[in-house]
Order: sequence, then C-alpha cells, then structure tokens
Amino acid sequence: MTALTDQLAEGLNSPICLTWEWTYACDLACVHCLSSSGRRDPNELSTEQMKAVVDQLAEMQVFYVNIGGGEPMLRPDFFEIVEYCVEKGVGVKFSTNGGRITAETAKRLASMDYVDIQISLDGVDEITNDAVRGEGTYARVRTAMNHLRDADFGQFKLSVVMTRENVEQVDAYEALAAEYGAELRLTRFRPSGRGIDTWHELHPTQAQQIELYNWLLARPQVLTGDSFFHLSALGEPLPGLNLCGAGRVVCLIDPVGDVYACPFVLHDNFKAGSIHGEGGFAAVWRSSDLFTELREPTNPGACGSCGSYDACGGGCMATKFFTGLPLDAPDPECVFGHGETALAELEANGGAIRPTVSVDHSKPVGVGKKRIPVSIL
Amino acid sequence: MTAVAFDADRPWRLHERVALRPEPFGALVYHYGNRRLTFLRSPDLVTLVESLNNQPSARAAFDAAGIDAKRWPSFEKALTSLAAGDFLVLENAA
Repeated sequence: MTALTDQLAEGLNSPICLTWEWTYACDLACVHCLSSSGRRDPNELSTEQMKAVVDQLAEMQVFYVNIGGGEPMLRPDFFEIVEYCVEKGVGVKFSTNGGRITAETAKRLASMDYVDIQISLDGVDEITNDAVRGEGTYARVRTAMNHLRDADFGQFKLSVVMTRENVEQVDAYEALAAEYGAELRLTRFRPSGRGIDTWHELHPTQAQQIELYNWLLARPQVLTGDSFFHLSALGEPLPGLNLCGAGRVVCLIDPVGDVYACPFVLHDNFKAGSIHGEGGFAAVWRSSDLFTELREPTNPGACGSCGSYDACGGGCMATKFFTGLPLDAPDPECVFGHGETALAELEANGGAIRPTVSVDHSKPVGVGKKRIPVSIL
Repeated sequence: MTAVAFDADRPWRLHERVALRPEPFGALVYHYGNRRLTFLRSPDLVTLVESLNNQPSARAAFDAAGIDAKRWPSFEKALTSLAAGDFLVLENAA
C-alpha cells in the first residue's frame, strides 16, 4: 500500500466510482450475473426518485456513475434519466447486454455528451459466449456493436468477464475490440448472484490467472476496473489503485435504493442503508456504521505472515464471503494457493457454508425451457 | 487535441472540462473530455493548481502559493504529468 491508498482506504467525501443499478429486469439470464437479475422489482425507484438521486450525486460532485442492472435500457425512462444526469454534470457510463441497441437508439446515444457504453460479451464465438449469456446473444451483441459503429458512436468498451472457458481467448478479444475501435475491458469473475453457484466450475485456474497477469502487465491500456488486484501479489503491481474499494472508494445503489459496499455483495451483511433514509445517499456514504467499519484498518488475519499482503491486501471481500471463507482469510484465488488450501480445509471440516444472496430476481426456469448446461463445454 | 509539454515559465490553467473535488488527501480531478481521473496528492498541490490561472507563469504560482523552492521539482513533476493528461492547458489555448 502506498501513502495514497492508505488515505483512500480511510474514505472519501464522495465515492470515486459509484455503481448504480437501475433495474433488476433483464431479458437474459447469464449464469454469472452478479445481481441475479431477471424480474423487475415492484419497489424500484420512480423517475422522480431517480432524479432526486442524480441531484444529490451532482451536489456531492460525483463525476460519473456506472449504470448497470439488470438491463438498464429496459427502463422506459432510460433516456430521460440519462439526459437528466448529463444535464446535471454527472457523466454516464452504462453497461448493457446490447439487446436494445438498435440503429435508432445507437444514433440517439451517439448524439449525447458524457455518455459511455460498455457492452458485454463473454466469448469470442457463439459457443463460448452463448453458454454463459444464453442462446442467440453472440449474434445479438455483434449486431449492437455494428449499430454503434454505424452511428459513429466513437469508442465504446467491450467488456468480458474472465472465465475458465474464455480467458484463453484474450488475444481474440483484443483484435475484436481493435476492429471496432473499441476499448477492451476484462473483469474478474466473482462468486456473486447467480455466480455463487457457477463460480466453482467456471473461475479461471491458477495457471490461467498467472498467464492473464502477464498478459495484462504487457497491456496497461486494457481496462480492468482494478478488479484483478489480487494478482498483484505476483510481483509488479497491475495498473490501478490495487485495493479493495468496498465502502471506501466504491459502493452500489441498487434498483430499490438500497446502498451496498460494492456491486458484488448484494447481501444483508453488506447493506449500509437506503437512499430513502434521512440525509439520503450522502448520509449513508459519509456516516453509515458499515462504511465506517470498512474504512478502519483491516486485520491481515491468515495473510499476516505472507510477504505479499501489502501488494494484494488479502484480495476481494466478496469472493471470500460467498465461497464461505472468513473475511480475514486469503482470497480463494490467492496466487500462492493459500485460498485453495483454506477452501479445502473448510471442506474437510464438514463443508463450506456458503451464503446465498439476500435479493434474487431470477426468473423461474420454465419446464422445457432450453438452458445450455455449462458442463457440456 | 495533443497535450503540450509542460514548461514552468509559461502560463497554465485547468482545462475547461476539468472538475476538481476536494478530498482529505488533496483532491480528485476528473476530465470530462478524455474521461481521465487523477489525484492531487497534497493540499498544497491543490492550492497551487487552483491559483495557476491567475499567474503569468507556473513558476510565479509556486512563489505566490508560498511553496518552498526545495519542493518545486516535485510540484513541477506533478504539473508535468497533469499537462501530459491534458488536465492543464496553456492560458491561451482553446
């Protein structure tokens, strides 16, 4: 940790990076969905409530928000709220599955200032991608990307969650992004939401992680949202702050207005409060008990004797929590294998008790509805 | 737009699309144009950056902000990197 990251860990007046999920509705059912999205929640914020949040973010000088979901474009007031954000000086970076990017919406998005798009693709071919995101989604995303290019949207981000099945395709993603003049963003797969169940089979192997680390080190221009900081224990740090930002520099506002420490911990243990409370979001950010606690110095716990603790900070809180490890245990993907050992010990002692999500908006899987099993890969 | 190399003898100011937010460690700076985010890692650096556009040169701003000459090289380094990121532009730039 540097002097700066020490200070960042103590908290800021406003978050650096705020994720705001606009709806739990989604027309897809990706097997790794961090928010178990599918059905809209009846208590989702109204247009007026959304605008009141934007007003407060503008007042707190939050420079931009990362909009996610669910699929944010499914909100009927999507453009109205995006335009309101831009008008208030709150930049919009939104993540989409591309299903609603038509020739027309692409043109509308291209005409707006301060709007960035991140489009999700989880395989460089139909077989790899559709196994995770659902049948037909590869073709649909490519169509969306074509619309953005035809509308002269400019540089968008192509976002890939790294799994055991797709991590070896990184060169092909790089080439595909280049073909569209897009930026490539690779994100760590955490066992959150529906990923709690699929992570154990789908997260990259140790050997794949080490290869990925070297690949990223050689390509500082590839964006990662700082998500692979646990790999910095391998030596030279990856670009970024290299710390767990939960409740310190990042947080999440969910579609019903609940505030969580990060987008990967939709669980009551990590719920700091609600925007409906007195003082709104600012009060939660500045003085909630949970965030205050997360800003206190962390106990290295089991990692105390490891010479790399300063480099990785013990890894990702969400990943530990949802695999059943205590928060002061090593990251399950610890590059020295300490996390695998810790998980194996849990199994040997009667099995890991894995938390489930506190909020699940997955659609029920209908009888006879075709879902591609991950195990066929 | 290509960033111009920093020269402490010339007049500089924050780019018009750059916003600065005070924080306990100094300030966070965001460029709405190129979407870059950076940190001003000391309150003195924040004071200096904010005073730039009233001064005929960056060097004059060092003086006006009362910064010890021994610390100038480190501040000059910080301003050089801000100019490279297009956060700072020359006074007469568009």
